[in-house]
Amino acid sequence: MAANEMEFRTCPITGKKVYATTQNLMWINAVTAVVFILIGGIMALLVALTRLPAVHLLSPEWFYKALTAHGLNMLVFWIIFFEVAGLYFGSSVLLNSRLAAPKVAWLAYILMLVGSVLVDVMVFTDNATVMFSSYVPLQAHPLYYLGIILFAVGALTACGIFFGTLAIAKADKTYEGSLPLVTFGLSAAAIIAVFTLACGAIIYIPTFLWSLGVIKNLDPAMYRLIFWGFGHSSQQINVTAMVSIWYLLGALTVGAKPVNEKICRSAFVLYILFINLASEHHLLTDPTLSPAHKIWNTGYFMYMAVLASMIHALAIPMAVEVAQRKKGYTKGLFEWLTKAPWGEPGFPAMIFSLLIFGFIGGITGVVYGTEQLSIKSHNTWALTGHFHATVVGGTTLAFMGLTYYVIPLIFRREIIGKKWASAQPYVYAIGLILLILGMSGAGILGSPRRHWDVTFADSIIPFSFDPTVLLFTTIAALGGILAAVGGAMYVGVSVLSVFLGRKLAPNEAKLVY
Amino acid sequence: MPITSPETYWWKPADKEEKIWISVAIVWCLILFTMMPLWHFVGGQNPSVEPMKIRPDDFDKVTGAFIEKYKIGEESGIPVVKPPDGADVYLKGQMWNWIPILELKKGVNYKFHISSVDLMHGFSLQPMNMNFQIVPGHDNILNLTPTASGTYHIICNEFCGVGHHTMVGKIVVKD
Repeated sequence: MAANEMEFRTCPITGKKVYATTQNLMWINAVTAVVFILIGGIMALLVALTRLPAVHLLSPEWFYKALTAHGLNMLVFWIIFFEVAGLYFGSSVLLNSRLAAPKVAWLAYILMLVGSVLVDVMVFTDNATVMFSSYVPLQAHPLYYLGIILFAVGALTACGIFFGTLAIAKADKTYEGSLPLVTFGLSAAAIIAVFTLACGAIIYIPTFLWSLGVIKNLDPAMYRLIFWGFGHSSQQINVTAMVSIWYLLGALTVGAKPVNEKICRSAFVLYILFINLASEHHLLTDPTLSPAHKIWNTGYFMYMAVLASMIHALAIPMAVEVAQRKKGYTKGLFEWLTKAPWGEPGFPAMIFSLLIFGFIGGITGVVYGTEQLSIKSHNTWALTGHFHATVVGGTTLAFMGLTYYVIPLIFRREIIGKKWASAQPYVYAIGLILLILGMSGAGILGSPRRHWDVTFADSIIPFSFDPTVLLFTTIAALGGILAAVGGAMYVGVSVLSVFLGRKLAPNEAKLVY
Repeated sequence: MPITSPETYWWKPADKEEKIWISVAIVWCLILFTMMPLWHFVGGQNPSVEPMKIRPDDFDKVTGAFIEKYKIGEESGIPVVKPPDGADVYLKGQMWNWIPILELKKGVNYKFHISSVDLMHGFSLQPMNMNFQIVPGHDNILNLTPTASGTYHIICNEFCGVGHHTMVGKIVVKD
């Protein structure tokens, strides 16, 4: 912790300078991320076991509490702590530069940690069963909102450290020419993060004051509008960071090199310019916006962001194919793919992440984001299916894949349980695909999200769905349980390796195999 | 490599394959882009939202008056209301009921006013699965014409507290 700011070692595989301060900060942020995925994962398992009609484990009070905790720990704490580690890697390690203001980076970490612990304490003490979206006028304890604000300030500070490090690297001339593509992509993510966190501040500060009684009235519709500027945009940070990590995993697993830097970089610029406009689709069935506004929204430049994803969808597999063909896998159309390192955890993690994000998450997102089909999908379980494909199948799976390389390269520990690590992306991806298909099937038939009992046993007015809903619900819950097993494998392998894995000698080069 | 700086001159023209792919994607985006507004006018499937504000207390009073005027009975303690053809219909979401139960006539157009008197609720009409966000302080105005007789249910699909999963309403459509 008290490492000299200028102390560094050279990575035997990539030749990059790894500064001790950067390594420590990456370590603490990544380890904290894994603690939160463990909490969120236990909650996921409890939620899945309650959704499973044959078990229906939790009481309604506990179900809604567990669901709130699941959303916050996974979507916010796990992902953002990991992203902060990623930002320090993308700036300091990839650019061979010392990290800007390590003490401030520690302060950012402490703010995020205090914020997230505060939020979890409030949720688990029954003071904030409000779900991730915490829609006004549903009120939580003031400390809940304060926790979110502290976390956001910490995350914003970490973005500042990232930009500061880019400036130092430029001034110290630690690299020549343009930024590496991965750093360029992470810069796009950090730029999106800045205006996302600004939206968060604009809405959470008045909500905090409202919970204290300082502000008497807060318009729930206004809350929804600004909240989604934060809530959905933060998913765009994840998308951008995830795509950068796809490029990184392509390089680490098969030595993939982007075929055309211009095209890849232009696609990242499209994200910065247009991706945020997509956020307003949350309000397509709201009473507050006029039809003209909604038509404009759905006819929007959202498709320019979709175009960016389409470009990456070509560029990444293309880079992999070129790299594989150069190695001599040239037989037929697909030898490059069949001879890919499917036993290395990073490769299947990248491919499943790409497929689940693109084919399931992306397509459902574009479909549900149209004004007409939003009526059919709004607040149904199909929506939950959509964002589990993007955020879990996409972002989380990519981050998991990367972890298996960060541990030997940056933390200098040998992976314990390599076979478990190799099997983990498959187990997790299959579980998720079942989960997402089940959720989508039940949701399209009308099954609601955030719901304790889709049989409506306690209602005054009796109602029951088409029995197919229960079949889909069972598939989703079983998929969820399988994904929780995959998640447990990830936590097990990464925690054991980080703490008990054999320390690698300074010049020992070791990827997973 | 994506982890090292690219060669100095990287602003290079795209290859043929890349050009084809990006062109197809752009054309497809443009089709989607034009279909959205076009479908609003040609398809006629969009909600006819008129943004209106109403205080929850006032909405409660208006709904109360509407129920009193057209009430025809009660079911499980919830009033059953049969509004005249083409009337304005008021539907109130509250923790954890949709009030009142409505009896409507097939083929008649009704102007629905839906709002909440407490938290956010989700109006989810089953089995056709049409969903609208119900926001306290705002009147979600929808022009609805029932086209088939039968019994329909409204479930709540926005989390509204610990009884959220029991919130069910009913609309009966008669010939």
